[in-house]
Amino acid sequence: MPDRYDVLVAGAGPAGLAAAQTAAAHGARVGLIDAQPRPGGQVWRHDVRREAPRAAREAFGKLRDVDVLASHSVVAVESSGLRVETPQGGRLISYGSLILATGARELLLPFSGWTLPGVTGAGGLQALAKQGWPVAGKRVVIAGSGPLLLAAADTLRKHGARVLGIYEQAPAAVVHAFARQLRHWPARAVQAIGLRLRLAGVPYRLGSFVRRAHGGDGVQRVDIETPTGTQALDCDLLAVGYGLVPNTELAQLLGCAMDYLGPHPHVSVDRLLRTSVGGVYAAGEAGGIGGLAVARLEGAMAGHVATGHSVAAHALLPQRDRERRFGALLSRHFALDPRLHALAEDSTLICRCEDVTLGELGGFTNARAAKLATRCGMGACQGRICGTALAELGRFPRDGARPPIFPARLATLAGLTTLPSDDAYRGS
Amino acid sequence: MSAQVKLSVNGLPVEVPAGASVAAAVAQVTMQFRRSVSDTRRAPLCGMGVCFECRVQVDGVAHVRACMTAVTEGMQVTTDA
Amino acid sequence: MSGTVASFDLIVIGAGIIGASCADEASARGMRVAIVEPGPIGGGATAAAMGHLVAMDDDPAELALANYSLHHWEAFADVGVAEFSRCGTLWVARNDDELAAAGTRVARLNTAGVEARVVDAGALYELEPALAPGLAGGLLVPREAVVYPPRVADHLVKRAQSRGARLYAGRRVLALPRSGAQLDDGTRLAGPVLVATGCALPALLPMLPMRGRKGHLVITDRYPGLVRHQLLELGYADSAHGDADSSVAFNVQPRPTGQILIGSSREFSATDAAVSPSMVQRMLERSFAFVPRLRELQAVRIWTGFRPTTPDGRPYLGAVPGATDQWVAAGHEGLGVTTALGSAKLMIDLVQGRQPAIDPAPYSPRRMAA
Repeated sequence: MPDRYDVLVAGAGPAGLAAAQTAAAHGARVGLIDAQPRPGGQVWRHDVRREAPRAAREAFGKLRDVDVLASHSVVAVESSGLRVETPQGGRLISYGSLILATGARELLLPFSGWTLPGVTGAGGLQALAKQGWPVAGKRVVIAGSGPLLLAAADTLRKHGARVLGIYEQAPAAVVHAFARQLRHWPARAVQAIGLRLRLAGVPYRLGSFVRRAHGGDGVQRVDIETPTGTQALDCDLLAVGYGLVPNTELAQLLGCAMDYLGPHPHVSVDRLLRTSVGGVYAAGEAGGIGGLAVARLEGAMAGHVATGHSVAAHALLPQRDRERRFGALLSRHFALDPRLHALAEDSTLICRCEDVTLGELGGFTNARAAKLATRCGMGACQGRICGTALAELGRFPRDGARPPIFPARLATLAGLTTLPSDDAYRGS
Repeated sequence: MSAQVKLSVNGLPVEVPAGASVAAAVAQVTMQFRRSVSDTRRAPLCGMGVCFECRVQVDGVAHVRACMTAVTEGMQVTTDA
Repeated sequence: MSGTVASFDLIVIGAGIIGASCADEASARGMRVAIVEPGPIGGGATAAAMGHLVAMDDDPAELALANYSLHHWEAFADVGVAEFSRCGTLWVARNDDELAAAGTRVARLNTAGVEARVVDAGALYELEPALAPGLAGGLLVPREAVVYPPRVADHLVKRAQSRGARLYAGRRVLALPRSGAQLDDGTRLAGPVLVATGCALPALLPMLPMRGRKGHLVITDRYPGLVRHQLLELGYADSAHGDADSSVAFNVQPRPTGQILIGSSREFSATDAAVSPSMVQRMLERSFAFVPRLRELQAVRIWTGFRPTTPDGRPYLGAVPGATDQWVAAGHEGLGVTTALGSAKLMIDLVQGRQPAIDPAPYSPRRMAA
């Protein structure tokens, strides 16, 4: 496969798939990179037991003229291209245009007991289950915020889990106001009703959140704050997610300007999805959380613009703008209760890589000072979990991105293209 | 709908569907994937390659993210639990 | 008009490892100390230092200062936050010529009172099985150690504060009026000043030349036991201290966490802090030549820093030429952590008009005024 593409797309979720397919349809030589072993991103992640949704299958079917570079993880930016790691070794891939479709990750907030085995993100447990994680017969509590909780519950039920309840932090009045807005979005209303019907019998409690989890070797019980008092539930798995934050590390390393909606950055783009760096575009969640429909439309737009077909991109703008408005509606209604910012106690671990508690971080006013003195954010996740949580908690913003974007083999960073086969580090 | 893959986790035989993650295979044997730096037990959190809580040893290579790695026939997985 | 005036026996400007050590020493002697630091404690060159406590023997003056300082580092062997780890230093010889030269170095170190010995190839691989085959032997300095510099600096500042030192955190010194310092919030501090601002020295003392010599560091995930000693190549002086504009040398350290810290690179003309992929590549290739198994390890972070470097490579320790009540302690290049404690003792001796334990003349800033 060539190491140079007219259009390189980073991220093979719905935005990246649409971008790659659109650019390829214009005759460009297109590479589609993703760190996962299969395309689909998070929302269209491969499910070992169930067929992919039709839209996903259609998108996968249109990749004939695209080089799909699965298990390719971008680790650094060099002057001549992206340094990429594969299971076989490293590669340097250059491009004419680059479309960032790096998606989002879950916002995970620390609370007492959140490091117990069996406590996961909500989308996190959904992703694990799709890849064969055993949930059948398990008692699962789902909590956090946003429609992802319902989607996760649906997947988990289909995999045989006993979902004991869904606990949404947004208050009832606000969620009901949101539901009334759905009459302006008939397609969404149909989706929502279908989801609720499939989840019939699963309690959906509003204005409720997880206070703490208890257990020994794994989670056993969870305390939930509800409008009518604290409730304790025995469970085998606890899935808690507070919505999504954009993945912006690659964009930051490229030097793309950021915008902020609250404490978390997203890539700053113009009407045609151009970032502040020439030849680099951003589509979907990377440019601000908007959901699946936005991702697909913006992916197509970016594919058009990157190949010089701005008119076709302009034609999609009204539809895109309408879908972005729905995204804004969602984030407004599912805004986080300030009480969630006070869940972590002084003894709660914030940095799970280096085991740093909230109490140890008292008195620090920036991430770097805290890191130097406590090691907070110095571990393998590079502050993705603790740095994002501390920003959400209003402590201090996360440090800027640094290479490698993800932990990478030294051989890759040394520019070696293939790995030696016989001297891997064995044991620890 | 899919074939099964046989592998070993901490020396125990495990069978999972093809396309499953190493995380899914490990979960059949133990919920303790790694020991944290202060010696507490950890298991996957994010499920999507971000948190690095699911690091295990795969075929002798340390610090592999179990949730990002697909199982292959005969794979030897070791946890730190 | 300026704001409040506070008066001190010594105003230490800069809380890197040098400023922090000086503040600690001065406060231990009962002086009323102020510390001014605009950024994080130990956030400059200190944060980019490997924390290797090492006696370099190529300059007798540098060896004297290092040796003096290393004795005082022993007091930190049981200080938890220092992460003191006595891993020893193993200098690796690629060939018989380098091994022969190691004998001369052992003699010099032993004369200075530093325990050191030559090891043959067999002993070398027993000490470090991960080393590449075909090496000739090495030089072992068994009692040398590594520490975690930013936390040591933080510890020293806190210890000074516990004795009454006042920390002006987040404050910058704008000017040095006669007998004092003017801060950016209007505060005026009165008393003798000690400038320990490393690479930023020219902003306050433009008459003392200082350049930043850029370096890169890479740190891995945890692989306990893979490397046991601080490892360097015996050709280090040729590789790293040469006059080439950029150079790399094999310099690998086992952290007490089990992580492996990989250096080192030196660049004179680079002024931006960005990671340079080509320098990282050169540095890593060099490390693979000595420890091939490094190739498979996961790197967690890469970062850069600037070593404060004087024209002759020796630090400035002494009175600022032509000024009254102004002192300077800066320019330790790659040996600031090793020599910090000795530098502080020597420095405060000079401030108090006492005779230092080692000859201060080689470090006198007056050499630049000549």
